[in-house]
Amino acid sequence: MPVAVKDNISTSGIQTTCASRILEGYVPPFDAHVISLLKKEGAAIVGKTNMDEFGMGTSTEHSAYGPTLNPHDKERVPGGSSGGSAAAVASGMVPMALGSDTGGSIRCPASFCGIVGLKPTYGRVSRYGLIAYSNSLEQIGPMARTVREVSELMSVISSYDPHDSTSFDRPFEHEPVEDITGVRVGVPEEFFGEGVDHGVADSVSEALSVLESLGAKTVSCSLPGMQYALATYYVMCTSEASSNLSRFDGVRYGPKVDTKRQWHEEFRDERGGLFGREVQQRIMLGTFALSAGYYGKYYAKARAAKEQIKNDFLRLFKEVDIIAGPTMPTTAFRIGEKSDPLSMYKSDILTVPANLAGVPAISVPCGKSGRMPVGLQLMGRHFEDERVIDVAYAYEQEVAR
Amino acid sequence: MKTIIGLEIHCQLDTDTKLFCGCSTDYRSDPPNTHTCPICLGLPGSMPRLNIKAVKYALRVAKALNLKVNEYCEFSRKNYFYPDLPKGYQITQYDKPIAEWGHLMIEGDDGVERKIRITRIHIEEDPGRLVHKTGRDRAGYSLVDYNRSSIPLIEIVTEPDLRSPKEARRFLNKLRATLEYLQVFDGEKEGSIRVDANISMEGHNRVECKNISSYKGVEKALTFELTRQRNLIRRGVEITRETRHFMEARGITTSSRSKEEENDYRYFPEPDLEPLRIAGWVDEVSLPELPDARRERFIEQYGISLNHARTLTGDIRLANFYEAVAAVSDPVLSATWVADTLLGELNYRGMGITVVQPQILSEIITLLKEDRITDKSAVEVMRAILDGIVEGRDFESPSAFVERLGLVKESGSDLLAIVSGVATANPVAVADYHAGKKGALNFLMGQVMKETRGRADPKQINEKLRELLG
Amino acid sequence: MVLESDVKGISRLADIRIPEDEIAEFTKQFNEIIDYFDILDMVDAGIEEDTPLYNIFRDDEVEPSLDQEEAISNSGETEEGFIRAPRVM
Repeated sequence: MPVAVKDNISTSGIQTTCASRILEGYVPPFDAHVISLLKKEGAAIVGKTNMDEFGMGTSTEHSAYGPTLNPHDKERVPGGSSGGSAAAVASGMVPMALGSDTGGSIRCPASFCGIVGLKPTYGRVSRYGLIAYSNSLEQIGPMARTVREVSELMSVISSYDPHDSTSFDRPFEHEPVEDITGVRVGVPEEFFGEGVDHGVADSVSEALSVLESLGAKTVSCSLPGMQYALATYYVMCTSEASSNLSRFDGVRYGPKVDTKRQWHEEFRDERGGLFGREVQQRIMLGTFALSAGYYGKYYAKARAAKEQIKNDFLRLFKEVDIIAGPTMPTTAFRIGEKSDPLSMYKSDILTVPANLAGVPAISVPCGKSGRMPVGLQLMGRHFEDERVIDVAYAYEQEVAR
Repeated sequence: MKTIIGLEIHCQLDTDTKLFCGCSTDYRSDPPNTHTCPICLGLPGSMPRLNIKAVKYALRVAKALNLKVNEYCEFSRKNYFYPDLPKGYQITQYDKPIAEWGHLMIEGDDGVERKIRITRIHIEEDPGRLVHKTGRDRAGYSLVDYNRSSIPLIEIVTEPDLRSPKEARRFLNKLRATLEYLQVFDGEKEGSIRVDANISMEGHNRVECKNISSYKGVEKALTFELTRQRNLIRRGVEITRETRHFMEARGITTSSRSKEEENDYRYFPEPDLEPLRIAGWVDEVSLPELPDARRERFIEQYGISLNHARTLTGDIRLANFYEAVAAVSDPVLSATWVADTLLGELNYRGMGITVVQPQILSEIITLLKEDRITDKSAVEVMRAILDGIVEGRDFESPSAFVERLGLVKESGSDLLAIVSGVATANPVAVADYHAGKKGALNFLMGQVMKETRGRADPKQINEKLRELLG
Repeated sequence: MVLESDVKGISRLADIRIPEDEIAEFTKQFNEIIDYFDILDMVDAGIEEDTPLYNIFRDDEVEPSLDQEEAISNSGETEEGFIRAPRVM
């Protein structure tokens, strides 16, 4: 079983860089838990894939080693931050790959490249060995061309890991089931707001009709927390990242520092020179959000907002079993098109809620718009990844017929 | 002018493994970076795993110091950059510590027991250790050893209730004793305790003194500060509110220009660790006999004085030693000889009580009780045996030593003979004695003591002289 | 509204050197994003967080450490088993 692995997952003896200059040459002396599991299963790790530096991006344009191109159209981005993994699968280089998803980093490239990508329930897959970007939001997840393969890979990598104090003991062992009769599918009106491409909206609406034809019931609903979801996400992830990335000082790993210079001087230059612009900006934002006098206005509020959004989901899940909508507001954009950070951030609007709530979310291809793939996003209750897989499987199988 | 002192004490908890990983804590005699793993090295992708023993130890401390254990507590990140801090943050507890609001009783300067309030205690990890080459090899870089990284620490913060450097030292000694009685701490391990002290004169700014790593150091640092501050105030100069660095070797504090105060630590809850709900565990914590209770028991059970009891219970090893001796020997005599004599001799030689066998003292006391040696000889024996230990000589029991050196007490007829001899040899003194001159008897006694080389009991010498001379 | 001097302060706190000629652009983008965060003001920060997982521990049992070799293998400069680092002056 050949598997490609995103380069922010530690592989013992194999260079792991997070697509950053500051980790150039770093060879971890240990395997991430998921890698140990893959090896036990007899999988062959064929390579480490490109990504946005430290997972910070939605396009894989922010890699220190150059952008990855979308196999469907080489002038467009493959999505991010797991763009390398998605492109590798979509182009047929590998059947399966591991990605990581902090705010949509598995689902976005899956959607843009026309493959399947699952972000598991938070805590279902061990994060031990995943080079942290935003600890309370991210998960490693499977990416493949079919739902069945995603399901298979998921069953290998999900298991309790005592090394990860945030992991749950809820292993995934599931045979995808096609029958979705009676499944209630909620469709939040906020997911079809302005900013969502017409072509994308049409493809997704069609997909929802298919689900109905299979016996599911769709119902309109609302996720009020959507208005502040993006701000919540960016405050939380930049705050945690600003702390997580403090360890890169060139002393224990990374390009050598000049030990003859003064600590702070050398440190500042090292980080200023070796971190990419996007990473620097997010570290600065996070530092600011946590700083004295601002903690209450930003981080504390974001924590509360995250809880509100989770409660929004819990409330909705009393009425429905699945929440559906487009994965991304558009199809893959051109390389260099979204140069303004804020407009790039806004692409994440539909994917971040699942990370904030911790619920499982899958992107499955649902047709094309202007020749580029569109993704259907399905979210489920905590620990109901199996049902999410089933609905995606049912849709995929029906469309294939 | 009232002195106001508060302390912040960091103690290493005596667990087998580190706070967040399974590396052994027994690093002191090993080469650098041999007790490390991805977690305590802060390698990317590593995650902390909380040591349950550290938490249980902290609960024991909380209960012993009368603190209230919080219903909910969590870990936080303290963010700052330093070469010995591998993650660029320290995992500690900030606004939700494990326990708050307790106290420790100490003897005040006036001899009256006083309550020193403890604001809070919390658990945190130790950073690594920096080593700098000095002298001819002096280099512009630091050498880092991460063996110490993530060793569990308990931080104990007091209210500014201490009134003098001596009191501060007494507090520290009592705290150390308590922690050792609880078996959560080993004060003999180098670097196991670090103290920051805050001192101010009432009505004036507060100064923080950092880098104090010994009990003596606390008293020295604070005494120096007290003098420095008093002098400034007397000259009408206002005390600068600052952080000062204690230099143990020179016994002074210097202005630190430290970035510590300017540092914004940007605390936030550690997302890789789950919170603790352990208030209910306190009921199951059974405390061993603590210093104060042991002191009271010594007084009652052995009939010794408060002062002796205080001294003997001030260190658990000493207390255990005393009880081993008192089990077979006269307790009151044992108390005197251990607290007043042995302790002094040990301190003089820089020795700890653990290198001495209790049997040694029991034997000496037996010899004394059987009237076979004098007090003076007993001291001689003790000193000789201690010196023997220091020099690594083969062990010789007190009895054997006494035999070998012929220290057996002179008494009865032997003594009479010597007394007569001295009287005969000193007719002038005898005449003075009969004439009522005061110093004569002492002079004659002194001569007898010289003759007997301290092997005769002064009381007996006195008796025999009076008998002889009338 | 964050000023250029604030951005310089943050870069000092974060220990990242931003070149002087990039400060203006940086500050502008910074402010755009910070303004966007203002939407969080509407959130009630008093909500209590649900913590399904708590009291997660590891037993106090020794596990093998890395060899000294492995531990310092990724470092630039080492000396007798120590890792060299720039000195804080």
